[in-house]
Amino acid sequence: MTHQAFCIEVGIRPDRSDVRAARLLAQADEAGLTLGGDLSTATGYSLRLAGGEDDARRLAREVLADPVMNTVRIFRPEDDPRPSEGRRIEVVRRPGVMDPVSQSVVRAAASLGLTITDVRSWDAYLVPASTADDVVDELGRTLLANTAIEEVRVDPEQGIAPVAELPDAPFVLRHVPLREAPAEELRRLSEQGCLALDGEEMATIQGHFVALGRDPTDIELETIAQTWSEHCKHKTLTGLVEYEGETLDNLLKSTIARATHELDREFCRSVFVDNAGVVAFDDEHHLTYKVETHNHPSAIEPYGGAGTGMGGVLRDTMGTGLGARPIVSTDVFCFGPPDLPLDAVPKGCLHPRRIMRGVVSGVRDYGNRMGIPTAAGALCFDERYVGNPLVYCGSVGLLPVDRLEKVTLPGDLILLAGGRTGRDGIHGATFSSLELHDESETVSSGAVQIGNAIEEKKVLDAMLTARDQGLYRCVTDCGAGGLSSAVGEMGETTGAHVVLDTVPLKYHGLTHDEIWISEAQERMVYAVPPEHREAILAVFAAEDVEATIIGEFNDSGQLTAEFHGEPVMDLSMQFLHDGLPRQTRKAVRRRRDLHDPTPLAADDVAAMLPALLAHPNVASKAWVIRQYDHEVQAGSVVKPLVGPGHDGPGDGAVIAPVLGSRRGFALGCGINPNLGDVDPYQMALHAIDEAMRNVVVLGADPDQVSILDNFSWGNCEKPENLGDLVEACRACYDGAMAFRTPFISGKDSLNNDYRVGNESRSIPPTLLISALGIVPDVGNAMTMDLKAPGHALLLVGATGPHLGGSLLAQHGGALGRTVPPVDLTAAPAVLVAIHALINAGLLHACHDLSEGGLAVAAAECAFAGDVGAEIDAAALTLDGDDLSLGARLFGETPTRFLMEVDEADLPAVTAALGAIPWSRVGTTTPDSVFVIRDGDTEVARWPLTVLKAAFTATLDLDHELEANNGAGDAA
Amino acid sequence: MTTPSVLVLRAAGTNCDRETGYAFELFGARSETFHINRLLDDPALLERHHVLAVPGGFAYGDDVGAGAVMACEMRGRLGEPLVRFVEQGGLVLGICNGFQVLVRLGLLPGLSAPLGAREMSLTDNRSHKYEDRWVDLSVTSRRSVFVGDIESLHVPVAHAEGRLVCLDDDVRRQLIDDDRVVFRYADETGAPTQDYPDNPNGSVDAIAGLTDASGRVLGLMPHPERALFGFHVPTWTRNRNGSVPDLGPGAALFRNACDWVRANR
Repeated sequence: MTHQAFCIEVGIRPDRSDVRAARLLAQADEAGLTLGGDLSTATGYSLRLAGGEDDARRLAREVLADPVMNTVRIFRPEDDPRPSEGRRIEVVRRPGVMDPVSQSVVRAAASLGLTITDVRSWDAYLVPASTADDVVDELGRTLLANTAIEEVRVDPEQGIAPVAELPDAPFVLRHVPLREAPAEELRRLSEQGCLALDGEEMATIQGHFVALGRDPTDIELETIAQTWSEHCKHKTLTGLVEYEGETLDNLLKSTIARATHELDREFCRSVFVDNAGVVAFDDEHHLTYKVETHNHPSAIEPYGGAGTGMGGVLRDTMGTGLGARPIVSTDVFCFGPPDLPLDAVPKGCLHPRRIMRGVVSGVRDYGNRMGIPTAAGALCFDERYVGNPLVYCGSVGLLPVDRLEKVTLPGDLILLAGGRTGRDGIHGATFSSLELHDESETVSSGAVQIGNAIEEKKVLDAMLTARDQGLYRCVTDCGAGGLSSAVGEMGETTGAHVVLDTVPLKYHGLTHDEIWISEAQERMVYAVPPEHREAILAVFAAEDVEATIIGEFNDSGQLTAEFHGEPVMDLSMQFLHDGLPRQTRKAVRRRRDLHDPTPLAADDVAAMLPALLAHPNVASKAWVIRQYDHEVQAGSVVKPLVGPGHDGPGDGAVIAPVLGSRRGFALGCGINPNLGDVDPYQMALHAIDEAMRNVVVLGADPDQVSILDNFSWGNCEKPENLGDLVEACRACYDGAMAFRTPFISGKDSLNNDYRVGNESRSIPPTLLISALGIVPDVGNAMTMDLKAPGHALLLVGATGPHLGGSLLAQHGGALGRTVPPVDLTAAPAVLVAIHALINAGLLHACHDLSEGGLAVAAAECAFAGDVGAEIDAAALTLDGDDLSLGARLFGETPTRFLMEVDEADLPAVTAALGAIPWSRVGTTTPDSVFVIRDGDTEVARWPLTVLKAAFTATLDLDHELEANNGAGDAA
Repeated sequence: MTTPSVLVLRAAGTNCDRETGYAFELFGARSETFHINRLLDDPALLERHHVLAVPGGFAYGDDVGAGAVMACEMRGRLGEPLVRFVEQGGLVLGICNGFQVLVRLGLLPGLSAPLGAREMSLTDNRSHKYEDRWVDLSVTSRRSVFVGDIESLHVPVAHAEGRLVCLDDDVRRQLIDDDRVVFRYADETGAPTQDYPDNPNGSVDAIAGLTDASGRVLGLMPHPERALFGFHVPTWTRNRNGSVPDLGPGAALFRNACDWVRANR
């Protein structure tokens, strides 16, 4: 029987409401697009079917459509799909872009006994005939499609054809004439090949091949570029830095890792060597933790970029030891202001709200589908993130204690399992090391990766079976650099040979070097002892995961590959991994023009609190949190939203990962880019202090906390940016030593510049510190919501005069001169005292003070608990004289906590605090009102509902849709 | 006494299998988790168990529709063994994505016949987004053996497609007349509600969970297996001077199923 091509379009029945259309209309409205009428949506499938129209109808009826909800229309690709009335917009993935739906359709069809091939899914939208061309165009480009990966068809005269086979690429092995090339030509070759290698690096490669007496092949040069990329090698942090008359040798080793080694904490099981840091948890399990950045892909394609960011860090967990099982994820995002005027968005950039929607959906869809709770995180906003948003994704895994050690031995087979290899994500590692500009969207679209979470879930399910049966000796994920990095790393001390023809491909037409460096998602590489070959292939086959032997590790010390029977690569592992010349970079201390902010007028104090609660850095993240499945796996003990209304801003999350056990851990983070503009050293200390505070108030033992560093910085070839980095690294050492908390893993992204016109802009220096603290008994976990009236409110820690980098200073129109310093001598003891009070059951609530200071923290506790409170700004213990009312209420002195205590317990609590400064700042009250006093004067009072409303509105991007629950679809 | 034996069925993208199996084990059951490929190869595996649990997740990515591909496979290759399993006294529990599978499969509500024509759909939430939040459920029918003496439940939902829509008014009426609606989303007074967010998805008649005619097949959108322990309830830290109960509100559903098997099989 011949295969016939069909288009099957599934629409919404006219008597049902088209919810997707309603949402799109609201977003069109937000983007200033007027449609002048209704919008309707449909999903379509183009495919080839071994059968006739009756079979197509059956496929539609039994698989693709739901008769309760849908209409079905079947036509041929050559037919005119346009409606008699209205305009049609179609959105379809560009050829070669992953389409996860197609496999599922083939599988479902097979269960009906139907054979279909070449499935392509698409969306169709119908808008009123009166809609103008420019509105249709804008709608397609900015709302319905992402043109980096999708094509928009307006009023098409023919349907979408099923997937066309791409032609085979002719195999041509190119030798790059490097040996004779002058310096200028070397630079050109690097730029042309998107290699992101500098002159010295190219010259080193040249020297290597001159010595070998041959030119490199294209794939050899690519492999070196991938392996030597900033993304993989951290050239800046491990290089030499000249700063203030000193040469700093390897910032990473001399600051961050040095603290870990000097502290030598016994709970560290594996640090800075594997794909994630590993710490002890209980007798049977370790915890693994890794946080990744995925900034550049998210700037271009927020949904795909953020989704694959999550997918990538989950694979890091799966690639740690012999494979940890991901148990909870974290996410931290930095965006441009959500209320940025449309005309202030630079050319080539997406509006921050669009980026935010896309990023949140991407993380949501990947994490939720994988079944990993996303339970902790943060959001920051600043104008300088408009062209370069930051996306941090973290993953904690559970690893059996006897599955930590990994090794590759000569003779082991190289097994590639998971998704097929396509042209996606080519040059991701080198792309992330380049500056973004207004054409990044078009020239780098190949660097965009599209994920398929279900594929990764399948790999996870199968590999855990293989792990528990001991069927492989080593594993790593295919991330940046694809196979070139994964095989190159695993075979670093042995040697490896790969037969590129064996790699399963999504479609024809990939060249040998594309196969090798493709960053197609959802792939893992295993070193399999030959005797387990059949067993491991059977395990993967049972779960429908494609697994293929693509080569073998050997003892050659060389990385070699063949294609079509011809050798294409023969690289020395030693040169590949150790040949990179060390860079020397110049750093200078940034000269800052700092001013004091205009002091807050007494009359403005009352308006300040609602304004701060509505500030996007403070405002409720519920819109984000609720879209994440934060409870799957049933380990969630303290949710990210707390209190009787389930809407209070918790300080983090507590997870009890082993069902039936009360041992748990807390996750918290610290990030405040505002401070870095004033003092990057103090910014880093604040980030550590904040991360520690957040886990301790949840119940973690401050003596069992591990932390991770993630630097996102502007281009570090600019000496000021590098100077900021040096300062922040030094603070990391000092902070870790003071708190005795080791860094266990880290990642840096040091090229976050983007060009607007001729101007190159850097993001603010942004350090994220992620903390994981053990909660020995989750029954002692604590939340920040006030519990009952009649309790005392205690502020622990003295309040200082400095306002540098605070929200109050920002409000006063300046950065301020001095960031309130973290007192590294005193702070650790405060954390220990807080933990003792929590464990003794002496606190009802505990919340740390961060952005917005005491007033914001106290108000949050009050409306979270729906318990009134009165605080007195005159009662604070001060560190300094003559603090203004604004500084007392809104200053951001670190290491401070607000606690709710029974009157009867006050003597015990204050005795336990000993010499630590504290003050009784208020009382909880029976009315639902929040009052600020300054001695005898009442400064302001608000109903809690007013404060909560200010807090919840700013980042609720769907407010108008939620209200509309009842209408339509009565049946 | 019989040890209840539970088959937890998973497919690519199922992700609540671990805790769902554990919830039954907490009440003395033995649970085994099988990939659907195993069951398709050997449908007789079903007969060796008392309970079939179809857990939450995103089977086959919910491509084409929530639960659609898994339902299609089960309908095509497991339909008859499934119907026989239920007729012979087997229990079936579908949670969230599992409920979507059972509806798409036609095991629920099965008004005309088990695996008959499609009578309802679980479709996009009115808010058109995935949401994880805790809800209150009122028990409005005692026909399900899973319900026992449960009066109300405080449990989380986590889905994007949980809005129940009936094919027509006849179906809607029949559900009520035949006492099939086991759980309804309720406001703080316990009254069924259409108001967001107490009714998180806009489901018709506030329907959150349904039984088949036998009372042995239950499907519900909320996740009782995430409300197993006292520590799962979001506000447990507010009771610190009282005691936090070991078991959470969702546990009773699994206990009832295990008790029923012990008493009847």
